[in-house]
Amino acid sequence: MTRLLTLFRGLLVTAAVLLAASLVIFLLIDAAPGDPAEIMLGTSAQADTLAALRHELGLDLPLFSRYLSWLGGVFVGDFGQSYTYGVAVGELIGDRLTVTLPLTVMATALAVAVSLPLGVVAAARPGRAEDNLASLFAQIGIAVPNFWIGLLLIVTFSLNLKWFPPGGFPGWEAGFNAALGSLILPSIALALPQAAVLTRVTRAAVIEVTNEDFVRTARAKGLTKRRALWRHTVPNALLPVVTMLGLQIPFLISGAVLVENVFNLPGIGSLAYQALSQRDLIVVQNVVLLFVAIVLVVNAGTDALYARLDPRLRARK
Amino acid sequence: MDADPRFTLSTGLLMTKFSDLFKGSCLAVLLASAVPVWAQDSNSIIFVQPVEPQGLDPTVSSPVAAGQVTWQNVFEGLVAIDRDGRVVPQLAKSWTISDDGLTYSFDLRDDVEFQNGVHFDATTAKFTLDRILSEASTNGQKANYTAISDVKAVGVTTLVLTLSDRNADLLYWLGYPAAVMVEPSTVDSNGTDPVGTGPFKVTEWRKGDRVLMSAWDGYWGDAPAIASLTARFINDPQAQAAALKAGQVDIAGNLNAPELFDQFTDDPAYTAVVGAGEMEVIAGMNNARPPFDDQRVRQALMMAVDRPSLVAAVSSGYGTAIGSHFSPASPFYQDLTEEFSYNPEKAKALLAEAGYPNGFSFDFKVPNRSYAQRSAEILQAFFAQIGVTANIQSSDFPAAWIQDVFKDTNYDMTIIGHSEPLDIGIYARDPYYFNYDSSDFRAKMDKVATATSEAEREAGYRQAQEVLAQDLPALFLFSYPKLGVWKAGIEGVWENGPVPANDMTDVHWVK
Amino acid sequence: MNRLPKSLFIGGFITAAMVCTAILSRFWTPADPTGMNILQRLKPPGPAGLLGTDQIGRDVLSIIMSGAWTSLGIAVVATVIGGAIGIGIGVMAAAKGGSVERLVMALNGVLFAFPPILSAILLGALLGPGGLTSMVAIGVFMIPVFARVSRAAAIQIWARDYVKAARMAGKNDVLITLEHIFPNISAQIIVQLAIQTGLAILSEAGLSFLGMGVSPPTPSWGRMLAESQTYLASAPHLVLAPGLAIAIAVLGLNLLGDGLRDLTDPRRRQNT
Repeated sequence: MTRLLTLFRGLLVTAAVLLAASLVIFLLIDAAPGDPAEIMLGTSAQADTLAALRHELGLDLPLFSRYLSWLGGVFVGDFGQSYTYGVAVGELIGDRLTVTLPLTVMATALAVAVSLPLGVVAAARPGRAEDNLASLFAQIGIAVPNFWIGLLLIVTFSLNLKWFPPGGFPGWEAGFNAALGSLILPSIALALPQAAVLTRVTRAAVIEVTNEDFVRTARAKGLTKRRALWRHTVPNALLPVVTMLGLQIPFLISGAVLVENVFNLPGIGSLAYQALSQRDLIVVQNVVLLFVAIVLVVNAGTDALYARLDPRLRARK
Repeated sequence: MDADPRFTLSTGLLMTKFSDLFKGSCLAVLLASAVPVWAQDSNSIIFVQPVEPQGLDPTVSSPVAAGQVTWQNVFEGLVAIDRDGRVVPQLAKSWTISDDGLTYSFDLRDDVEFQNGVHFDATTAKFTLDRILSEASTNGQKANYTAISDVKAVGVTTLVLTLSDRNADLLYWLGYPAAVMVEPSTVDSNGTDPVGTGPFKVTEWRKGDRVLMSAWDGYWGDAPAIASLTARFINDPQAQAAALKAGQVDIAGNLNAPELFDQFTDDPAYTAVVGAGEMEVIAGMNNARPPFDDQRVRQALMMAVDRPSLVAAVSSGYGTAIGSHFSPASPFYQDLTEEFSYNPEKAKALLAEAGYPNGFSFDFKVPNRSYAQRSAEILQAFFAQIGVTANIQSSDFPAAWIQDVFKDTNYDMTIIGHSEPLDIGIYARDPYYFNYDSSDFRAKMDKVATATSEAEREAGYRQAQEVLAQDLPALFLFSYPKLGVWKAGIEGVWENGPVPANDMTDVHWVK
Repeated sequence: MNRLPKSLFIGGFITAAMVCTAILSRFWTPADPTGMNILQRLKPPGPAGLLGTDQIGRDVLSIIMSGAWTSLGIAVVATVIGGAIGIGIGVMAAAKGGSVERLVMALNGVLFAFPPILSAILLGALLGPGGLTSMVAIGVFMIPVFARVSRAAAIQIWARDYVKAARMAGKNDVLITLEHIFPNISAQIIVQLAIQTGLAILSEAGLSFLGMGVSPPTPSWGRMLAESQTYLASAPHLVLAPGLAIAIAVLGLNLLGDGLRDLTDPRRRQNT
C-alpha cells in the first residue's frame, strides 16, 4: 500500500514538474524577439499580408489562451500544426525520431560496448597498464567536444578515406545499409563522451563491489578471480552504471543537437534548432517538452530501480 | 547485500545482447564500405537546395525557398522568366497591353491540365490572381501585384487585367514564382502536396532531407529528358561540396562557399561555372540616426572600404564589387564602383568636414551568418583606419534580426544580402529599414513604373542606381556569383541566376 | 598524505598554463589576433605563423591564445553564477528540510530536466547571442548540479552530533551553516567548481559553434571550429588547433578536480 502511495506521489510530482516546465518553455519562447509570420513571409511582405498570416496561425490570440490551447491539445495527443512546414507536429517529430532514435541508441550501445569491458578490466587490475589506459581514455573522452570529433571523423573517414558519406541522411527508404552507413560516424562522435563517463563509473562501481563481503566469500569458497568477477561483481556493479546512463540522457540530447548539426542529419535536435531560428514556436515548445518529459521519466525510472534494488537507499528513507 | 540470482541472469542476457549488437554494427561497417552508398542513374537528377522551404507552394509565405524547389519544375505561371532574365510566354501564349498601359489581355493556352486532371482556363487564372490580391492573402510578394485593380475572365482563354496605375514591372512579376497558377480545390494542400501544371509532380517530401519529383505524363509541353528529379536540402556548404564529391548529388546550382569551388574547377569529372548571381551584400545604415543622417559621413565610410580586398577575403575573390544596388546579373546593371572608391585620406577629410575629426563609434548589428560576420570583421578593420569604431553585435538570424533591425529599425549599421531581382524599389519604400527618404529617388522609381517603352524603363533604372551611388543609404559592397557545379555529362543547367530558382526542365545527361 | 596525486599535479600544471596564457594574451600575442592580412590567408603552419593563418589571414596561435581568455572568462563567470545560486539553494534546502526542501528541490528538478545546450540556445534566442548570454545561459543550467551536490554534502554534516548539539543549544541555522557546514563541504564544492568550469568551457564552445556565442572579432574557439567547417579539405590546420585547445583546457580542469578529490577524500584515494 505504501509502495503504491509512493508511486502515485512520484507520478504526481513528475506531472507537476512537467506542467511547470511547459509554462517555463512557453513563456521563454514567447518572450524571445521575432515574429513567426514575419520570418515566414520574408522582407517584402506588406502589413496586411502579415496580419492575415498572423490570424491564420492564431498568433493574434492572447498569450494565455494560446498556452491553454497548446496544453489542451497536448493532453489529447494533438500537438498542433507546424507554422513553417504546415504539417502536424506529431508527425514531424515522428519523422525526425526515425533518425535521432537509431542515432542515440547506436551511440549508447557503442558506448556501453566499449566502456563496460574497459571499466571492468581496469578495475580488475587497478594501477596497472590496463587501468592507466582506461583512465587516459576516460579523461580524454570527457574533455573533447563531440562536434570536434565529428569534424575530425569527417576529415578522416569521409574526405580522405571516403568510407562513409560526409553527412546527410538518405532515409530508410534508400535501404538499410545506406541509412545505417550515414549514422555510423555521427554515432561514434556521440558515443565517445558517453563511453568515457561510463568507463569511469563502471571501474569505480566494480572496485566498490569487489570489496564487499559476498565477493570475498565467493572467493573464499574457491571461485577463481575471473569467475567471481563476472559472476558476482560485475552484475552487482551494474546498478550505478544504469543510473549513470539515465543521468546522461540530457547530455546525450544536447550532444545530438550538435552532432546532427555537424553531420547535417534531419534529426530531432536539428529540428529543434532550426525551428527555433525560424521561430516555429509550436514545434520548439513540443520538442523541448518532449525532451524534458524523457529526462523526467528516465530519472524517475532509474530512481525507482535504485530504490528497489539497493536496500541501503530504502533503509535511509 | 548478496548476489541476486535473478539479477545475474538478466545481466547475462544483457551482455549477450550488447555483444550481438556490436557484432551487428561491425558487419554494417563492412557492408557500408563494400557497397557504394551512391548509385548513378542516367534517368534521374539530384540537385542541392541549401534551404528547405517551409512549404512547397510559392504563392504563400516563404517565397524564395519554395520557388527554388517547385517553380517551373512543378508550378508554372502565365508568363515565365527565362535563363537570361527575359519574360517569355508560358500558360499565356501571347498578350497585348493597351496604349495607356492600364489594360493587359492574355491569350491563354487551352491544352493545359493541372496534375490532378482539372483543366486550366481563364477562370483558374482569375482565381489565382484574385487570391494573391485578397484581404486574407498570405503571399509575401503581394506588393508587386497591387497595381492590378480588376481581373476578368473573358470566355475560356482570355484573361483581362485592369491596372489602377501604370506598372512597367508587372509582367516581370507575373513570371515570378509568387504568381504561379494554382488549382482552386488544391490551395489548402499545395504546401505539402503541390498540384501544378509543370512537367514534374511531387511524389514525396521527406522533411528535413529531400523532395522527390517524377516526370508527369500529362504535361502540355515537351516531356522532360529525365524521369526523376530530387531536391536535397543541405545547408552547410562543406557538406554540399562533399556530397558532390561523393557523388550523392548531381548538381549544385549555387555552391554557397567560394573557397570550396576551386577543387571542382580543375576536376574533369565536373563542370564548374562562375555565373552572375542576384545577391547583393550591402551594409545598410539607419539614415534617420546621427551621424548616418549626414550624407558626407556615409560617403566617408564608403571610401574607407577597399571593396576588391573585401571580395578576396570574404568569397575567395569570387564576386564583383558593386557601387549601387544592382548586381551584374541585372540587365540594367550600371558599374558605379568608381564613385567613392577606396581612399582613406579623403574619407578622413570628409569625416572632419562633417564634424567628426576624431571619428565616432557605433553599434554594428550583424546576423550570425558566416558571410555577414566575416564581412563585418573586415569592415571593422577598414573603419578603424579612419578613426571610426564599429562595435560588432551578433544578431540571431533571421528571428531577432528581422525584429530588431528590419522591423524596429533599432540599429546603426547592419549587413545583409539582398537576393530578389529588380528590388531597387525598396529604397523608395516607407517604412523600410534604411529610413531613407529621398524625393529624388522616388521620382526615378516613378519614372520606371510609368515608362511607356523598354528604353525609358531602363533609363529610369540606371538613373535610380546613380542616385543611390551618390546618396549611399547603404554601403554597397559586392555581389555574390552563382557558382554552379555539376557532374560532367549533364547539360541544360542555368549558368546565371536572374531569378532565385532551380529550373531543371531542360536538364539532361549526354550519353 | 605523503604523496600528492599525480592528476592534481598534471591538472594543476595544465590549468595554470592556461590561466597564464589567458592573462598573457591580454598583454602580448605573437601577432595581433584581430589583425588581418588577406594576402596571407589560409597558410598552413610555417613562416606565416606557428599554427598557420585563418581565412582572413589572422595568426591562429594569437587567436587561440586570446580565445583562452574568452573561454576561461565566460566559463569562470558562468560557474560562479551557477555555483553561488546552486550552493545557496542546496545549503538552504539542507538546513530548512521539510516542505521547503521538497519545493526547492522540485524546482531544481524542473531545471535539471532541460538538456543543457538546448536550453542555452533557448536563452540565447531570448537574450540575443553574446558573451553575457553565454555566461547566464551556462550558469543557470549549472544551478541544479551545485544544488544537488551541496545539499547532499550538507545533509551529512547536519547529521553530525556536534551540529545537532549546536542546534539544540539554540544557534540559528544561518550561523551553523556559516560556522560548520561551509567549512566541511568546501572541499567537495571546490572539486565541483573545477569540474564544472571544464564543462562550461565545453558548453561555451558548443554555443559559439552554433553561432550563439560571443560576437566577432572577440576570439572564440567554438566559432573558430564553426568557421573551419568550410575549410576541412583545404586547410585542416584550422580544425585541429581550436579543438585541441578546448580538449586540453577541459582535460586540465578535470584532472585538477579529480586530484583535489583524491587529496581531500582519502577513502576514494584508496580505491584509485
